[in-house]
Amino acid sequence: MDDLAQVFAEEPFFSGFSDAQLRRLAGLARPEVYQNGRYLIRQNGSADRFMLITTGHVVLKAFVPQRGMVPLETLGPGDPLGWSWLAPPYKWHYDGRALERTEVIAFEAEGLRQAMEQDHELGYRLQKRMIEVIAHRLQAARLQSLDLYGNPAGDLP
Amino acid sequence: MSARPRDPMLPRSYRIESVESELPGGEVFSWTLRPRGGELEVGQPGQFNMLYQLGIGEVPISISALGEDGTLIHTIRDVGGVTRNMAALSAGEEIGVRGPFGTAWPVAAAEGHDVLLVAGGIGLAPLRPVIHHVLANRERYRRIFLLYGTRQPADILFRKELERWRGRFDIDVAVTVDRADASWRGDVGVVTRLIERGGFDPRNSIAMVCGPEVMMRFAVMSLERRGVPARQIYLSMERNMQCAVGYCGHCQYGGHFICKDGPVFPYDRLEPLFDVREL
Repeated sequence: MDDLAQVFAEEPFFSGFSDAQLRRLAGLARPEVYQNGRYLIRQNGSADRFMLITTGHVVLKAFVPQRGMVPLETLGPGDPLGWSWLAPPYKWHYDGRALERTEVIAFEAEGLRQAMEQDHELGYRLQKRMIEVIAHRLQAARLQSLDLYGNPAGDLP
Repeated sequence: MSARPRDPMLPRSYRIESVESELPGGEVFSWTLRPRGGELEVGQPGQFNMLYQLGIGEVPISISALGEDGTLIHTIRDVGGVTRNMAALSAGEEIGVRGPFGTAWPVAAAEGHDVLLVAGGIGLAPLRPVIHHVLANRERYRRIFLLYGTRQPADILFRKELERWRGRFDIDVAVTVDRADASWRGDVGVVTRLIERGGFDPRNSIAMVCGPEVMMRFAVMSLERRGVPARQIYLSMERNMQCAVGYCGHCQYGGHFICKDGPVFPYDRLEPLFDVREL
């Protein structure tokens, strides 16, 4: 395995992927570094890559009229950044900005989609892993919307 | 002649030494209490006292800190009739205290382990004496994580202490908020996302979780997903505690009385009850 494929192999996101699958992914990947304050993705921009954060933190923000940029979620090491590359229209829904120096492995999205079409084993494994990520994030978002820490209802002493 | 056991139903008189507002607007405040005559009844981290405002009523409140100078600190949220009246009391006034009652956090059992303290909202207050304890006895524990989630930056409790703990290099402190504006530079998201970041040895960790019950349910799911066994996860439960000694039955939870069998339980004892909606 080359160096990049070796880096993948150590990421929990890629656990269970075969050496051949990791090598194929490595051919579509490159490391990227973003300094504090730099944008990794921009709302409505082309979702042309999939990123896995290896170090640093990224905040996802949405533009809300009258309120400006509202932070939605912070992502850290081991977290995949974005799934808009998986489904049309392949546009980012949010901004993603580095909160500190952040390193990611970035995969070229179109090549990744082609690889998933051509190699259904790889496609299935990747989709399955992304669904886990999406499910956890959806649960977290629902929990976030519950206002857990507000005043409890009912008559309290 | 041995001393007569104290009547658990009889409040002792305490003086409010000081009142500290923990959040802007005073919705959450801390009382430093000193007994009027006699010695302080020293509780364990996780235990609670029944605080009684004369002529108004009584509420169960967890111990938020044990003062070294014979004082006791309780952090109270103004959330109902009694606590609203309590919020109007000032230093020098008198209240009644019964307790301490209930089970404690497993600070001794956690020795030699990684310690995960997962707090949500005002749930940080009952875990605060654990933080004091583990930091005072730091050599007895492996890695220590404090994972704290709250609604928004303005609701962060014990801000100065959090900064002090963060400034130490022997405890990992992570704070996340559900909502923030653009000026917030910290984490945004639910506290369970902090658990998913890992960094601890799950088989060799003791987790102590305190917060709204829904938050604890999801925290348990995240901890188990990371591999922390149910018997090593402890939760502090809350119900309508009135007598505090298991007589009245108001806080019955399945076969348990939260006041006397809890409030701190290992999760493997609660697991069969945790999703029973009628409880």
